Parts: sequence; structure tokens; C-alpha cells
Amino acid sequence: MPVFFLFNSALRETSSFASNPFVLARDPHWENFQQVWSDGEFVIYLKNSLIVTGGSLTLILILALGAGFVLGRYEFKGNGLVFGFVLTGMLIPAKLAILPLFIQLKWMHLLDSHIGLILVYASGALPAAIFIMSGFFRSLPIDLDSAARIDGASELQLLRQVLTPLVRPGLAIVAIYSAIPIWNDFFLPLVLLQSPENKTIMQGLTVFFGQYASQWGILFAGLTMAALPLIVLYLVLSEQFIKGLTAGAVKG
Amino acid sequence: MVVGSLRNEQRKFTLFLLTPALLTIIIFTTVPALTILSYAFFKWTGFEREGFAGFENFQRLFSFPFRDQFLMALRHNVLVFIAIMVIQTSLGILIAYSLFRLKRGQRFFRTVTFLPVIFSLVVVAYMWQVMLDPYYGPINQIINGIGFESFAKPWLGSMTTALPTLVFINLWRWVGFPAIIFLAGLNAINQEFLEAARIDGATEGQIFRKIMFPLLAPSMTIITILTFIGAFEWFDLPFVLGGSNGNPAGTTDTLALMFYRLSFGSVDSNANDIGVGSALGVFIFVIVGVGAGVGQYFLRKREVAQ
Repeated sequence: MPVFFLFNSALRETSSFASNPFVLARDPHWENFQQVWSDGEFVIYLKNSLIVTGGSLTLILILALGAGFVLGRYEFKGNGLVFGFVLTGMLIPAKLAILPLFIQLKWMHLLDSHIGLILVYASGALPAAIFIMSGFFRSLPIDLDSAARIDGASELQLLRQVLTPLVRPGLAIVAIYSAIPIWNDFFLPLVLLQSPENKTIMQGLTVFFGQYASQWGILFAGLTMAALPLIVLYLVLSEQFIKGLTAGAVKG
Repeated sequence: MVVGSLRNEQRKFTLFLLTPALLTIIIFTTVPALTILSYAFFKWTGFEREGFAGFENFQRLFSFPFRDQFLMALRHNVLVFIAIMVIQTSLGILIAYSLFRLKRGQRFFRTVTFLPVIFSLVVVAYMWQVMLDPYYGPINQIINGIGFESFAKPWLGSMTTALPTLVFINLWRWVGFPAIIFLAGLNAINQEFLEAARIDGATEGQIFRKIMFPLLAPSMTIITILTFIGAFEWFDLPFVLGGSNGNPAGTTDTLALMFYRLSFGSVDSNANDIGVGSALGVFIFVIVGVGAGVGQYFLRKREVAQ
């Protein structure tokens, strides 16, 4: 319902919306979307969000795949210790560490940079991601490894060609679990990004709302475009989404 | 790291795979989380650290001019936690129960219920800001339309309604989450219990109260803990709709907003106070950590085995 309302409102003229918000858009004003699109800044914000979310996700998936493999499949002294350390990482609320993080990133020259933000997101999502991935690796039969090794596979080949295809469902859960909060995040970009050309879409929306304060058709078009990528993905993959977003809670 | 019974190749591979992940976590999570503790015990000017301050920052947090702000924000956090816990959780159970009883279309309605949870709070906040616009917003138009003019209010602008309105918006966005968790809990209940009770002549109401509700305790533990953490770190929604000062007139101020103002300055003054800010940060950290820990301990105890 609200989604339909959002979308419908995005196709209306401001004046007609104000007088009667619930009428269907008879002659859809697609130009609302066009206007948002031609507002150069909005597209930059969207692009930045794509870069940051995509970059973080790539990093999280690769690192969690590797670390999950080692922690889930190798038996060595220190395994439990490392695993315990990773678990404590899940308990630290990133928001409260923001002050030292801010000063530290400034010192590392990573403030106001997408790379800095990506590293912070990766660090925040990795503990849960490693936890989930190592669980998936542990659940695969150990005979697979022995068989591959007898056939002369190296450890890298074993991971890449034998095991990775089998833990794909885990990777999907991790991807959704990590990507949604990053795409939707408001707080970290607010603090860690300053130049207007670096801002992400959720921050950009606040600028956008100041600019078009009374043009509701355009505002709704902007909101729709900011939410659309996730909505479309959700409608296609809703089962995985629900599983992914509740993954932390159900295991906890 | 001591690597025990691995072959040489595996040892190298372990280091190669673990190091980057662990370094990322250590540098960008562990180190900042540990340093925030030390920050609270130093004097600060802007972002420059100066001499050792002992407990002075904590004393300042609990005295004028910060004390009143702090107590008011804390009160709001507590109120928000109670309100969300009571309203959102009972509504979540109700929705979960209705979905559970549905013969057909459970999947469809589950998808619909959960949809707002994937929305960004910023999008949700702005959508409701327009909906609740005092003059042209649809909500007030409906209220006027059905003849209750006196109930049409500037919901977000009035000191008495702003916080409850934020709680309502939060409810709309989040209610799908407890609903799905409780639904999973209901689906995990052994059907034989329910059938046995029905054969013994229990009403559906009795079954819900005496069997389902106690067996939902593990879900309840999770939801309570997550709600507690969320309520005491409440930031995005009040920030987008009330600004960093918790407008109108501080009635939507929260601990996290105060922490943000002290750390990075507010709209009306750029001066920050990292010392007091860190002291507040440590305080929130302790509330959340201790609260979640103690809560988990007592809530776990009341869970019954199936």
C-alpha cells in the first residue's frame, strides 16, 4: 500500500496532490522522474551509493569467504581464539566508536573518502559475515577436502573450485545482510563524508528535500528512486531477504 | 599465531586468508572502540587532545549545563523503549498470529509485512513528513474530512505530539521485524501440542495464552534485547525529522543526538566538547552492554524447553 502510494504520488503534479492526495495519477507525470534525473547532483549521490555499497560488498564477500573457510575447516591452535575475537566484533556498536574513528581516519587521510567509508563498513559487517560463512563451511562434509587433495588440488583450488560453489547460499545471505544497512545508512556518511560531491543518496536526500521543499511530486519521485533498487530486489528475492535480515537474530 | 597440525601450504594459506580480514576489524572497529574509553579521561580543545582529566568529564556531564539535557534525553530514551516494547511487540505478535492462522497467502502477506523493514529510515522519515504536513498532508485532510477538525494537528511540530509521532513512524517501519521473528517462533512449535490441547477442549484463546505465548519466550528474548539496544541508540529518525537539537524545543532529544552534538557541534554552535561527549559515549555503551547482558540472563531463565 504505502509503496504504491509513494509511486503513485511520484507521478502527480504538486497542486493536484495537495488538493487530493489519494486519487490515482490519471495522466502520469513522468517528467517528475525526469526532473530528478536531470538534477545532476541526485545522479551523483546515486552513483556514490552504488560505489560505496558495491565496494564494501565485494570486500566483505571476499574476506569473509577466505576467513570463513579457514575458521570453519582448518583445525589449528588459536582457531577458537580468533573465532572468539571475531564474535566480540559483533557486539561493538559502531556509532559509539565514531569519535576515535573520525580522528583516526583524519590521521590516515581517509576522511571524506569513499575508500575510508568502504573499509569502515567492511569492518563493521565482517564479524557477522565471517560467523555466517564459517557455519556454512563447517556444514560441508570433510570428505570433499580429502578427495580433492588426493586428486592433487592445491588449497586455493579446493576453496575456489570445490567449496565456493557449495556455500553460495551463505554468500547470498551475507550479501543481503550487509548490503541493505549500507545502502540505507545515514549516520556514517553524515559524519565521515563532507564534500557535496562525495555524499551518498540518503544524505543527498536531505539536501534534495531542502531544495524542492514544496514540490511534492518531485520529492516523491526522489524518494522512489532512492528506495527503488532495494524494493525491486526485495520483490524478486523476498525469501532470501527475510532470511538474510533475520539471520543475526535467529542464530543469536 | 600458533598453527598446530597443518601442512606448510595450509599454514601460509591460513595467514594469507585471515590477516586482511582481522586487520580490517582491528583497525576500524577494535581500536576505535577501545580508544573511546581513554578519550573520556582527557581534556580536549576541538579535536586536539590535552592533559589527563580523571573523572572530570563525567562530573561535568552530571552537572550544569549538561545535566538537564542529559536527564531529559535519557527520559526520552526510556519512554521510547517502553512505548516500542509495549506497542510494537504486541502488534508484532498479533500480526504473527494472524499470519500463522492464515490458510492461504501466508507467503504473500509475510512479504508485504516485512517490506517497510528494507526501507531506509531517511526515506520513511521524509515520506511521513509529507504525509503529516499540517496543511496539505493527507493525514490531516482525512481527519478534517471525517469531521474531527480539532484533532488535525501539526503532528511533528507540536511539543506534545512530536515524540509519540516519531514512535508511530518507527512502529510503521519496524513492526514487520518482530512479526517475522514471532512467526518463525510460532511455526517452530510442535503441532502435536496444539492438537492435543484442541482434543482436550481448549479454546483458541487458551491455546494462545497457555501454550503458544510461553513457547514464544526465545523470540521474546531476542526482540526485547534488540529493542533495548535500538531504543538507546535511537538516532536517524529523530535526527532527520527533529534536527540535531531534537526539535521542537528538545522534545525529541535522545542520548545519541546529544552525543552527536557534543562530538561534532550542533546547528547553532560549532563548538564541540569531545571530553564530555566521550563520557556520554561510555555511559551509553555501559547502559547498552549491561542492559543487554542482564536482560539476556533473566529472559533466558524464563524460557521453557519444548
